[in-house]
Amino acid sequence: MASRKDGAVAEIEKKIIEAFEVFDHECNKTVDVREIGSIVRSLGCFPTEAELHELLAKVEEEEPTGYINLEKFLPVMTKVLLDRSYQPIPEDVLLHAFEVSLKRIFIKTKCLFCLSGEPFTEEEMEDMLSTALDPETNTVRYRDYISMMIVDET
Amino acid sequence: MCVFIVDYTTSMCTPLLSVLTAIRAAILIQNWYRFTKARLETRRRYSLSIFQSIEYADEQDQLQVCNFHFFLYKHPGVSQVVDEGLSLTEFENKIDVPDSYYGPRLSFPLTVEDANALLHAFRNEQLLHARYVLQLLCETRRVLKEMPNITHLSTSYSKEITVCGDLHGNLDDLLLIFYKNGLPSEQNPYVFNGDFVDRGKNSMEILIILFAFLLIYPNDLHLNRGNHEDYIMNLRYGFTKEVSKKYKDHGKLILCLLRDVFSWLPLATIIDSKVLILHGGISDTTDLDFLNALERNELKERIPTTRLSKHIANQNVAGKTQHISSSGSTEPSGSNLPPDHALEEWKQILDILWSDPRSQNGCTPNKSRGGGCYFGPDVTAKLFERYNLKMLIRSHEFKPEGYEISHDGKVITIFSASNYYEEGSNRGAYIKLNPELIPRFVQYQVSKYTRRQNLQERVGTIESSALKSLREKIYAHRSELTSAFAQYDLNSTGRISVSDWAAAMESVLQLELPWRMLRAQLVQMTPNGEADYMSCFYDLKIGQPTKEPALVETLCRYRRDLEIIFNIIDKDHSGLISLEEFGQTWKLFASHLGIDMYDESLDKLVLSIDYNKDGHIDFNEFLEAFHVVHRLEKKANS
Repeated sequence: MASRKDGAVAEIEKKIIEAFEVFDHECNKTVDVREIGSIVRSLGCFPTEAELHELLAKVEEEEPTGYINLEKFLPVMTKVLLDRSYQPIPEDVLLHAFEVSLKRIFIKTKCLFCLSGEPFTEEEMEDMLSTALDPETNTVRYRDYISMMIVDET
Repeated sequence: MCVFIVDYTTSMCTPLLSVLTAIRAAILIQNWYRFTKARLETRRRYSLSIFQSIEYADEQDQLQVCNFHFFLYKHPGVSQVVDEGLSLTEFENKIDVPDSYYGPRLSFPLTVEDANALLHAFRNEQLLHARYVLQLLCETRRVLKEMPNITHLSTSYSKEITVCGDLHGNLDDLLLIFYKNGLPSEQNPYVFNGDFVDRGKNSMEILIILFAFLLIYPNDLHLNRGNHEDYIMNLRYGFTKEVSKKYKDHGKLILCLLRDVFSWLPLATIIDSKVLILHGGISDTTDLDFLNALERNELKERIPTTRLSKHIANQNVAGKTQHISSSGSTEPSGSNLPPDHALEEWKQILDILWSDPRSQNGCTPNKSRGGGCYFGPDVTAKLFERYNLKMLIRSHEFKPEGYEISHDGKVITIFSASNYYEEGSNRGAYIKLNPELIPRFVQYQVSKYTRRQNLQERVGTIESSALKSLREKIYAHRSELTSAFAQYDLNSTGRISVSDWAAAMESVLQLELPWRMLRAQLVQMTPNGEADYMSCFYDLKIGQPTKEPALVETLCRYRRDLEIIFNIIDKDHSGLISLEEFGQTWKLFASHLGIDMYDESLDKLVLSIDYNKDGHIDFNEFLEAFHVVHRLEKKANS
């Protein structure tokens, strides 16, 4: 039915506008370009940094002003949500990832996270450690960490 | 510093595959981690959004109460006048300080020793005795009276000037500022930009400290009036309660004197003729010369803006400004409306105490505050050009980092109350202004936890606090919400679409919030993705009898307003209104609303409200009175 589809699209657009407005301090339909990552992720997407850069290229002005307009962002983001791009990582895959990265490698994990992949900044590494590290045993109890951070997103 | 489980037993010739797997795993984790961070940031933002929307909506609500009180104030016999002749020695003679009192004993003129004694006492949660409070206020009034409306300062002698914003009763923040930045002195001048009181629990102590330093260093400690230095605001936002509780019998006199002192606070400060410091902001009609010339102490409280907008409308119709002077006085002669000149003065002051900067050009009425305006960069530029200014420093708005720069660097907002909404909600900050007038910002955050909460915990605290406030509001509007939901639910299934639910919430509560984001915390979903709208009201434990839910909800919503009205009538803050006081006030109220009131029915009404027949009406009986009105109304409407 065309009307139901329209309804679904309208609902998605409203969701996007809401997320956008949370970061729109001055209520003038623009957000700082550095917040786009947070907005996209708050809508339930898991883009990599590379994918985010691609998305930014589509929504930025020809001459980047440091701000992103809602009217450019909305259609692009609507498509992202309709296409279900940037799918979330299933919990079991995540668990396995932690197991792999924390056991039996000769690279120190901090190096791994800060120097390879899509490297963490000092700040990000510090923050993750402060939450994930169990101060008594000086280890990461990654199962607990995962379940602590996962919020029911339904 | 961390140690992960690392196994060195594998040989150095670990296959490349293994490394690649590790890197792939790292990417996944980094991706997931950034997702959770973004989610946390979103939760933090919308929690602050909730706090702020509710706060502004509250401020607007009390416009109605303002209306009534303004009316009351202008009637003879009702307004309070503090004897100008009160002096230090009179207080000394009239109020006895017992030997058992171990707090600071002030001797006037004050010295640094007195200030240190006060700081020490307040750190140990002692109270200053009422006699000294009254003497301090008396002296403060005397000193403030000599000051012009706009103070002019200079950064000569290579002094840095420190500017602080809203403190709102947070004593810990003031003590932290003094610890980091040093006490006020000739070498260390300060400007405090209003809103010293309300909300926090040490408003009185902050005032005492600031006034003490004002008396000791009158040329180096400067105060600007904020919108909360206002009797009506204090009734609603907690300062009046704090004073009544701490000072009981003497509370009334202290509050009276404070009202006067507040009205004598200067309106603005200008540094080196280039930096303008005032509490709220500006409008396109702000006239510094006019502001400097008016009688600032005549204007005690904010008056209802409905009268103002009428006045402005009249001006527009007439096409020119009307200034009706009535022998220099701004008091109304017999009619209810003050002359236009007084209204113009009100507007100018309202604008500088209540306005907020925005990035759009122009000057529009400030809808969320119900007073002052939103002013754009063009308004700022014009004012700067007119008065040859370089910077505007203002406060009045909460900022998560304690400060914010807008209008291309021309406007700075400085907010000094950390953890304003909740533990961990924001930092506070102050400005150090050097002789070149370049600002430097110092941020801080007090914490009641010895271990610093990590971001996860802090956001959790703020979020649950914000949601609690929001749920209270939801409960207070239960019946309106229920009928709004029902309008979408034509077949009475108990379920509506998320879209309809969000629309209903927004239209009833009048709060611009991300409802779809908050949905999971506020309402339960059915398996087919619809909202089970009545589940909004589950688990809301408000401690009231549930005999008449609609009434309870009304009382919940209006309790604060009723409390304020009660406090206005209860002039000596004893917690009791005499039957006569009530009768008088009710008559005024009725005539204000244009209702005819016969004396016999008033007597009957008054007697019926005094439920326990002790000749006085306490707050519960007052609430009960509205219960009766509500019941009768329901009967009439059913």
